[in-house]
Amino acid sequence: MAKRTPTAETAETMARKQRDISVSEFFLKNRHLLGFDNPRKALLTTVKEAVDNALDACEEAGIIPEISVDIQQIGPNRFSVAITDNGPGIVRAQIPKIFAKLLYGSKFHRLRMSRGQQGIGISAAGMYGQLTTGRATKILSRTAGAKQAHHIEVQIDTRKNTPTILKDVMIEWRPEFQPTGTDGSPGEQVVSAHGTCVEIEMEAAYFRGARSVEEYLKQCAIVNPHLQLHFRAQLLKKEGTAEEPAPTAGEPATPPAAGSPWTTFFRGVNHLPPPPVEIKPHPHGVELGLLMQMMKDTPARTLRAALSQDFSRVSGKVALDICERAGLDPRANPSRIAHRESEALFKAINETKLMRPPTDCLSPIGEEQLLAGLRKEMTADFLTAVTRPPTVYRGNPFQVEVGLAYVRPGDQADLGADEPARVMRFANRVPLLHMAGACSITKAIAGVNWKSYGLAQPRGSLPTGPVVIMVHMASVWVPFTSESKEAIAHYPEIIREITFGLQECGRQLAVFLHKRRRLAEQDRKRSYIALYIPHLALGLKDILDLSDKDEARVVSSLNDLLERTHLETT
Amino acid sequence: MATKVKKKKTEKEAGGETLKLVDKQEAGQRIVGISRDIHNDIVKKHRKPSMRFPVRALSNVRYDLKRGHFEIRGKMATRTLTYNTVKTFAQSVRLMATTKKDLLDKNDIAGKREIYYNSKSWGECRFDEQPESDTLLDDMEAMLGINREQLGYIPEERGGDVTGPLTVLDQNPVTGETIKINCAKLGSGAWSIPSRVEHLRFESKAALILVIETASLFQRLVHHVFYEKANCILVSMSGVPTRACRRFIRRLADDQKLPVLVFTDGDPYGYCNIYRTLKVGSGQAAHINRYFCVPQARYLGVTPQDIIDYKLEDATHPLEEADIKRAKDALKNDPFIQHHKEWQNTLNQMLKMGVRIEQQAFAKHGLNFVLDHYLPEKLKKKQFLP
Repeated sequence: MAKRTPTAETAETMARKQRDISVSEFFLKNRHLLGFDNPRKALLTTVKEAVDNALDACEEAGIIPEISVDIQQIGPNRFSVAITDNGPGIVRAQIPKIFAKLLYGSKFHRLRMSRGQQGIGISAAGMYGQLTTGRATKILSRTAGAKQAHHIEVQIDTRKNTPTILKDVMIEWRPEFQPTGTDGSPGEQVVSAHGTCVEIEMEAAYFRGARSVEEYLKQCAIVNPHLQLHFRAQLLKKEGTAEEPAPTAGEPATPPAAGSPWTTFFRGVNHLPPPPVEIKPHPHGVELGLLMQMMKDTPARTLRAALSQDFSRVSGKVALDICERAGLDPRANPSRIAHRESEALFKAINETKLMRPPTDCLSPIGEEQLLAGLRKEMTADFLTAVTRPPTVYRGNPFQVEVGLAYVRPGDQADLGADEPARVMRFANRVPLLHMAGACSITKAIAGVNWKSYGLAQPRGSLPTGPVVIMVHMASVWVPFTSESKEAIAHYPEIIREITFGLQECGRQLAVFLHKRRRLAEQDRKRSYIALYIPHLALGLKDILDLSDKDEARVVSSLNDLLERTHLETT
Repeated sequence: MATKVKKKKTEKEAGGETLKLVDKQEAGQRIVGISRDIHNDIVKKHRKPSMRFPVRALSNVRYDLKRGHFEIRGKMATRTLTYNTVKTFAQSVRLMATTKKDLLDKNDIAGKREIYYNSKSWGECRFDEQPESDTLLDDMEAMLGINREQLGYIPEERGGDVTGPLTVLDQNPVTGETIKINCAKLGSGAWSIPSRVEHLRFESKAALILVIETASLFQRLVHHVFYEKANCILVSMSGVPTRACRRFIRRLADDQKLPVLVFTDGDPYGYCNIYRTLKVGSGQAAHINRYFCVPQARYLGVTPQDIIDYKLEDATHPLEEADIKRAKDALKNDPFIQHHKEWQNTLNQMLKMGVRIEQQAFAKHGLNFVLDHYLPEKLKKKQFLP
């Protein structure tokens, strides 16, 4: 151990090492934050991000969505994932940025209910593919009325967080979809004049069951009844050759004819949900830093105008009130508001009573459609759904919907009477599959006293029974616990709303279970009574020397009596 | 006509409260009548059939002073056909059917336990435990107003033992020939009271009947031929007296105009269950008490005062929880105890002393103290409890 005094760093030497960290680099190192912690989850996250984007794009453009998800295994741990939609397409200039630049998107800066929020997801998926396979993200896109489609391949320059375009050509391409009936028979092919296809090659693992791609798509179809979804997973034979021998000398990308067929989740309704409206932020949901930024950025020239123009629920009069309370001149230039003054402004805003933010910006699934979705998924003895009125957390409007199904016992193997209830969580129509334990939905469900609704419930956990509980939160800004958007943060307002929804469904369930129990009890009593009726008749026959016919009459009279009065003690 | 005459004669013989004899045909008719009502309810009136019978409990009896026994009051229980009663209802009907068809019509007899086993052929309707069939048998007896012995049911328990200066005139069950049994000439044994005693006749020169609770004390008295010395008929009950035993004592006492004295353990069970039941009947069998009671009985001992008088304090046992409860219950609910101040005093004295005493306790002063001193002195003093 040679004693060597480490050379002390000086400010100058340190300065040489200090440099920018790009978001791309940051997320490359922290890919778990985006949902790419393991190969299995990476596949799901990729599909999820692409489908979310496709749905958002279709809905914004007023197109009834048709989406296909095609997963093809090309190596032991290598998959090619292609998601195609019939959306509006993307103009050439935007394609590289959308797919190969983190934190680029249209949804971050606005307050409007949509699936995507940050503009990270799909480029992160491309980055993950690039990292694990070195392959570029391939995009095909055709806008309405265009003569040809763009074929662009991009990679992300992680240092600079900018796209590198590897290929940029025009090709003949139209999105094609292959509807397939439940029996596997192919239906008529659907060809769209516009749409986008993104194909990413990545290291991944394919699994079935809970938290699988299939489960995600299934749940997606439940909460998006207007979506027609096609799915196919072509896997290599285990322990076999690296690749299946191509039966024909066609393109390698062309699936083998004998490969697994498409599965179609058919559309339930033929109209789009009403488009959500973009709203301005509500003053009570704005933090000090953001308030200062908004004051700086506002195009308004007076404080009063800035307040009433940039926020919802602030009228000119209310803006005056706020200024007065804060001791500020309403005619002051908002960009000149100093730090101390903005603190006073912030305090004044929070002390002022304001109308709650408008809630017409939300687009809930609706009780009818929730029930339809659940019914499609399972045979249930009892279904109920409730859409709560919209309300507000931290100035953000949100709305909770709860669906509950009591499944016919024995019909679904995984829904036993002794199993915990199956929970389906959704945020802005996106299924949440991971991190159930950290989610406020799970917390709310465990917090409800299900025993009073007729279900068993171990202390502090989910109820047990053949029950499916579905919770949807719609909001202009869903507070996820992380960028991978897997769990809803624990806001008391949100948990309270979910609890109310659950309780409403629970009460319906209790009525159903009570009635069912009563009927079962009645049945049991009836058969018990029926057991003894012949004996009573036989005894009377012996004593009164009745004929067989008379004996039969006694039995039938008693049965009539039983039907009529249930022989209840009253 | 012949039967009618004979019946009258029996009534006269029995004297006092006469056991109303019902011939098998009439018993059968009553069963048919009840069944017809049930049948009519079901088939014609289309309503839930029901059975009515008197409530058999201490709460539904009153102490009839004139007759000297517990008489049933009017409270009736109704068993309507419902979910809760359907099994018992069906069982009752089948029990009546069996009674009529197999016992009355065929002139046969059956034990309670035999009937219980007979029900095992009834399928779901069978009795699971004998207490179930016993209860329904009691219900039926109350409903028909005919004691079960007359329906052909014979008790299984022993009726009691008799020794002393008494000749019982019985009959050979097959030939009808009269058989004379001299109960003074049975050596160290005793004559067992049969389950049916209506046909017995008596000849006796005894001065009284002494009824004893325990068999062991009875044995001692027989061994020392106490009955000759005291000129009494000794009857051993072995606990609560059976119906046959009660009926036998009653008939014998009525017939020979003999006083009846009772000697039991000195505890609430001996007072309130054994003695009370012998004298005035029980709540359970309230509907037939008038036949199965001995109103002329008087209580000899052991009384709490005897414990003091005979210095037996160190031969006692502390009262148990159940004893105390029994005594308090009797003071509160038993119409017989409530009527007799002496009995209330006795029970209260016992509760105050907190001890009970057995008949055998007199052995403290010597094995034969009880027959050399206690009984002769008590009989001489003639201070008995009512």
